[in-house]
Amino acid sequence: MGQGAINPAAAGVIPWWRNRRLIPWLVQGVAGLALLVLVAFLVGNLVRNLTSAGLLLSWSWLGNPAGFDVSETLLPFNAGLPYWRALAAGLVNTVRVVLAGLVGATVLGTLVGVASFSSNGLLRRLARVYVELIRNIPLLLQLVFWYFVVFLALPGGREAIQLPGMVLAKSGLFLIRPELVNGVWQAPLRLTVEFGALLTGLVTYTAAFIAEVVRGGVASVSKGQWEAARSLGFSPLQTLRRIVLPQALRVIVPGLNSQYISLAKNSSLAVACGYTDLYSVAETTLNQTGRAVEVVLILLAAYLVIDLLISALMNGLNQLVQIRER
Amino acid sequence: MNTPGSSPLQRLRRELFASPLDGLISLLLIGFLLAVGLAVLRWMLFQAQWAVIQANSTLFAVGRYPVDQQWRLWLLTSLLALASGLSWGLLRRLPHPGPAWPRNDRLAVGLLIALAVVAPLALQLQASVQLRWWLITASLITSRWAAGRWGQAIPPALRRWIPLIWPLLYLAGMVLISGGLGLVSVPPSEWGGLLLTLLTASFAILLCFPLGVLLALGRRSELPLLRGASVLYIEFIRGAPLITLLFLGQNILGFLLPGGLAPDRVWRAAWVLTFFAAAYVAEAVRSGLAALPPGQLEAARSLGLPMPLALIHVVLPQALRVALPATVGQFISLLQDTTLLSLIGLLDLLGTARTVMANPAFLGKNGEVYLVLAVLFWCCCAALGLGSRALEHRLNPLSSPAQA
Amino acid sequence: MKRAFRTAAWALALLATPLVGCAPDGGGIQSLKLAGIKGRGTLICGVDGKLPGFSFVNPDGSYSGLDVDICKAVAAAALGDPTKVDFRDLNSSERFAALASGEIDLLSRNTTLTLSRDASGGNGLSFAPTVFFDGQGVMAPKASGITSLRGLAGKPICVESGTTTELNLADRMREIKAPYTPLKFQTGDQTYAAYLQGRCVAVTSDRSQLAAKRTSFPDPAAHVLLPEVLSKEPLTPATVNGDPGWADAVRWTIFGLMQAEELGITQANIDVKLAEATANANQADLRRFLGVEGEFGKQLGLPADFVVQAVKAVGNYGEIFERNVGQGSKLKLERGLNRQWTQGGLIYAPPFR
Repeated sequence: MGQGAINPAAAGVIPWWRNRRLIPWLVQGVAGLALLVLVAFLVGNLVRNLTSAGLLLSWSWLGNPAGFDVSETLLPFNAGLPYWRALAAGLVNTVRVVLAGLVGATVLGTLVGVASFSSNGLLRRLARVYVELIRNIPLLLQLVFWYFVVFLALPGGREAIQLPGMVLAKSGLFLIRPELVNGVWQAPLRLTVEFGALLTGLVTYTAAFIAEVVRGGVASVSKGQWEAARSLGFSPLQTLRRIVLPQALRVIVPGLNSQYISLAKNSSLAVACGYTDLYSVAETTLNQTGRAVEVVLILLAAYLVIDLLISALMNGLNQLVQIRER
Repeated sequence: MNTPGSSPLQRLRRELFASPLDGLISLLLIGFLLAVGLAVLRWMLFQAQWAVIQANSTLFAVGRYPVDQQWRLWLLTSLLALASGLSWGLLRRLPHPGPAWPRNDRLAVGLLIALAVVAPLALQLQASVQLRWWLITASLITSRWAAGRWGQAIPPALRRWIPLIWPLLYLAGMVLISGGLGLVSVPPSEWGGLLLTLLTASFAILLCFPLGVLLALGRRSELPLLRGASVLYIEFIRGAPLITLLFLGQNILGFLLPGGLAPDRVWRAAWVLTFFAAAYVAEAVRSGLAALPPGQLEAARSLGLPMPLALIHVVLPQALRVALPATVGQFISLLQDTTLLSLIGLLDLLGTARTVMANPAFLGKNGEVYLVLAVLFWCCCAALGLGSRALEHRLNPLSSPAQA
Repeated sequence: MKRAFRTAAWALALLATPLVGCAPDGGGIQSLKLAGIKGRGTLICGVDGKLPGFSFVNPDGSYSGLDVDICKAVAAAALGDPTKVDFRDLNSSERFAALASGEIDLLSRNTTLTLSRDASGGNGLSFAPTVFFDGQGVMAPKASGITSLRGLAGKPICVESGTTTELNLADRMREIKAPYTPLKFQTGDQTYAAYLQGRCVAVTSDRSQLAAKRTSFPDPAAHVLLPEVLSKEPLTPATVNGDPGWADAVRWTIFGLMQAEELGITQANIDVKLAEATANANQADLRRFLGVEGEFGKQLGLPADFVVQAVKAVGNYGEIFERNVGQGSKLKLERGLNRQWTQGGLIYAPPFR
């Protein structure tokens, strides 16, 4: 290649290294080649190492009986069922906590976000303190705090906190006419404290971020809108609901998307508080089977699908709120 | 908020009791806050047993770092204190000399002194450790004072080189911590606690930034391959939970590299954190680039600047300024994400806490330990946030001349 | 141009690395792993790190316990220095991957020897001699009135995830047709914390571990071990499958500790015994065992006096047991199955011949 450079360029001909169209392609070619070499190198090592460990990629183990139990599943599961059923049960558990978390975080986040525009100074400041407090403490720390310090300190048995129609005990939240049988609470609908701790942690944490998104959205609506609405005789609440929020939503919805996705991903911290989610089942599966690569692939794919679903949903919603522009 | 001429009482009334509804909300909130505050205070003073923190303070600070080598960490801390004092003082006096001790600085010094007095007492440290702590605080304040006093006298030619002390200090710190150059080597498996948390966080923060900028430029590049690869990388990383990536780093990286070439677990985790954060920083920088009018690049190119120079001198400085808050936000969450190291068996602050709570003598002291960790993290993250806001203010071309 | 060349050179270097890495693979009987350890100067040992009696971090940052002493003995045998160990805390679900990927040299983390873990088609480990014969038990608060496994039907049970314990529990409960709720935690400390806070009515683990943990509870007498033994749990150190030379070195170092107890050689009297053996040419057995004559060390790729080094570092098997989990410790476990075969136990070292 070096010889081309020595050759004096003929008059009027652009030397190739100055060629505006060629250079980018050359750079790309070299970068692409390097990338290809890197990937080939990594995959080559992977195959060689896996072969020597006798763990070459295979999926047949998914059909073997799992041998371990998964608690609080919506899908019926026992230890005799295959691994893929265990993973599916874990996935359902993840989806369950994510869905509940999305609803909870949206409600709480909106409340806190709107509270920061309250005419009440105390409420306004409290909303700020909440956001600043929650955002600056790691989620994992909050989760273990909720589980080990708060939820496990709940009283059990007869001393459980009894409210009309529900009971909050160490073993969980019992809804719809709970009754005490042999010192154990029972009810048709029951949420465990593991689920409760994870949900509480995810909701309070994500709500702080959503509150900021909501605040930004509401702040983006010009002050004139408020004043115009007030002068037309709307009450503050009406103004917020009918005038300001619909406009703010255009700014809020795109911002919510990334918060929702991060909530879904953060749900994988469930292992820290004993909730059996997809990651937790995957970890146990890896341990029983030693199939690290396959398990990681399943994990990555599952979360990617969840993220894409949320994104698709939010894109649809976004189009719905943006369409009002005339 | 500060309407002139209103007495505090009037302000209070306007803020809290403007209408009956507001009054009701305020009363409820005050009651709630009082109840919570009293309960927490009662627990902290009478029920909590702080021995778990006192007995394990070294473990929390540096993990299993060998006792006879800990002087290196003290030396590093003092150097850091001197450098921060110097930078602090110079930032106040240069380039526009302000008052020697603005209110915020007086507040900060007061806090530092209070911390130096209260913390050793609360932790019941040995006299020698206590003394070192005081010396470090004193050197920080002294260097701040000296830099503020004589900072103006430094010739401008020399001033340009002063920021260099930070990278130099970082390298020196790495050597001090891990050994080499005649020092006994201390392997990463013996680092722990706050040391490990800060080390992995700072490592990842320093490296993810340039990586993120490159990725953001790649994503906006006109070359399809470069763009495609950047998009693929960014979306792949952002689509996966950090814990699965850490899991991948711990369990699969060993298979991806030829035997024995995989770095130590700690470094592996630090690299995963770096690569993870780079994708998010890239998105922050991309929004900064998007905010820039395309005319800027076109003008620079039409003046004959080659692409790399145009990017470095024209586009990036403006884009990064816009992207600064979001980027620092990523740094803060990166610092928080280091707690996930505890889930893969590394002894960061949270991992150390779990080890400590497994000790029979301190079983069930969850509340005390988690509270202390929360306060520590909160302070670090809040400080980063404050620093970012100050920097934003300084870099803002509109506000800096006016700022006194 | 220059950049293109640099990139190409870089790519070439990358391509070449695996070749270089594989080069020493070719010849020599000596174990690659052992050579690596000697070159590095430290043994990397995977332990639990949070289990009193087996492996545990003291407030001063040092490790102690039975599993830890096995690591130290192997380091002493291979490197001549018991302090040259790099301990890695591993949780139960990452331990095998750490071993398989070559990240640790030796897994000494109260790991149960099972067929699927040993087989090349399973986890593919290579197991050393069992250092602790255990069985799985269940612990429940005395006040709960639960006296047998059946009493646990329909109740939540705390268990560490990724352990054989988890699988055995599932099997036994299926056998007696008792539904139950497993509450799984990533680490032992979380499992016991949840049990102590009353989240589950029972906790299951190896009986030694339960006993060990019980001593650290605020009120040990308030908890009982149920009579059922759910399984056999031979806790055994393991190495990676692909390196028989290294596996042999570990195996015979541990057998050396057991043989030393059988011969009455202790940390205190080893120098005397060594002097005796050196002086008396008639004690051929002892001379071979202590490496005064013969080539045992060389055959394993270890120094001739590897047994002497190991015993000097941590004592014989009995001493290790008593110091960490037996009468000399807080746990006060009985020797039980872990007595020497001469006393009716299962500790049996094959002949050093």
